[in-house]
Amino acid sequence: MTGIGEFAIAALICLSAFFLFVGSLGLAKLPDLMRRLHGPTKATTLGIGSLLIASMLFFLLERGELSIHEFLITTFLFLTAPVTALMVAKAHILCDKDVRKQLPPTGRQAGWAVIDGPQAESSEPDCA
Amino acid sequence: MLKRLMPHPLLTLLIVVVWIFLSGFSWGSVVLGAILGVAIPILTSPYWPSRPHIGSPLAIVEYAAIVLWDIVVANFQVAYLILFRRGDSLRSRFVTVPLDLRTPEAITALAGTITMTPGTVSADLSGDGRALLVHCLETDDAEATVATIKSRYETRLKRIFEK
Repeated sequence: MTGIGEFAIAALICLSAFFLFVGSLGLAKLPDLMRRLHGPTKATTLGIGSLLIASMLFFLLERGELSIHEFLITTFLFLTAPVTALMVAKAHILCDKDVRKQLPPTGRQAGWAVIDGPQAESSEPDCA
Repeated sequence: MLKRLMPHPLLTLLIVVVWIFLSGFSWGSVVLGAILGVAIPILTSPYWPSRPHIGSPLAIVEYAAIVLWDIVVANFQVAYLILFRRGDSLRSRFVTVPLDLRTPEAITALAGTITMTPGTVSADLSGDGRALLVHCLETDDAEATVATIKSRYETRLKRIFEK
């Protein structure tokens, strides 16, 4: 393995460690649940992302083989992280009365789905 | 006949490719991937009746590149806010984003993008699916945030899913 490759892998691992730490710190430090959600959804993504790039580089330079599993892990992570965050946020809104009072109006006749439930629109169907 | 056998051809293709990536290339995994690729869309088609329209691949690549770049920027911004600001001093609030998008697939993509990109997490959808509840970590100007989301992501998704 070349020195440059080794350096790049080490740098990526350090970067990922930094962002994973910051994401977890945000989860622990920020004062309320909605703000805490911001840490793990974002900072952690780049942390895992650069760790996986480091892993791909390592296998490419060390073993000379292309490892594709990292692409899949990244894709699945990008698909699942927002869904998890949405579910946590919805549960939080449903359970906490104070948060429900802070919510802005929808600007529509129907309220927010988690409180008022889904409502069919009278004028035109949802999906054209 | 072909439509009943493959209700979602792109999903079939995706399942085969993902299966081959997961298990390594061999003819056995291609065959098993093809069986799964045909079976899973048929079994799940009652839950996903309409076939979404997908726009040009170039538009999708452009969108993916923009979102990836924004994710990197978002990470640095959020890291800065977490490390150098007291949690109480962050001006966090909920904002309402009125939606022009109509198809469920496009709205899902937009909500996911909002969660992954700078300082915003999507929290809920209005009962009729026409407005999105978004939580901003740090914002002075809610209207500007909403305008950015609409111009940067929503118009591009509209071109991909609804043209």
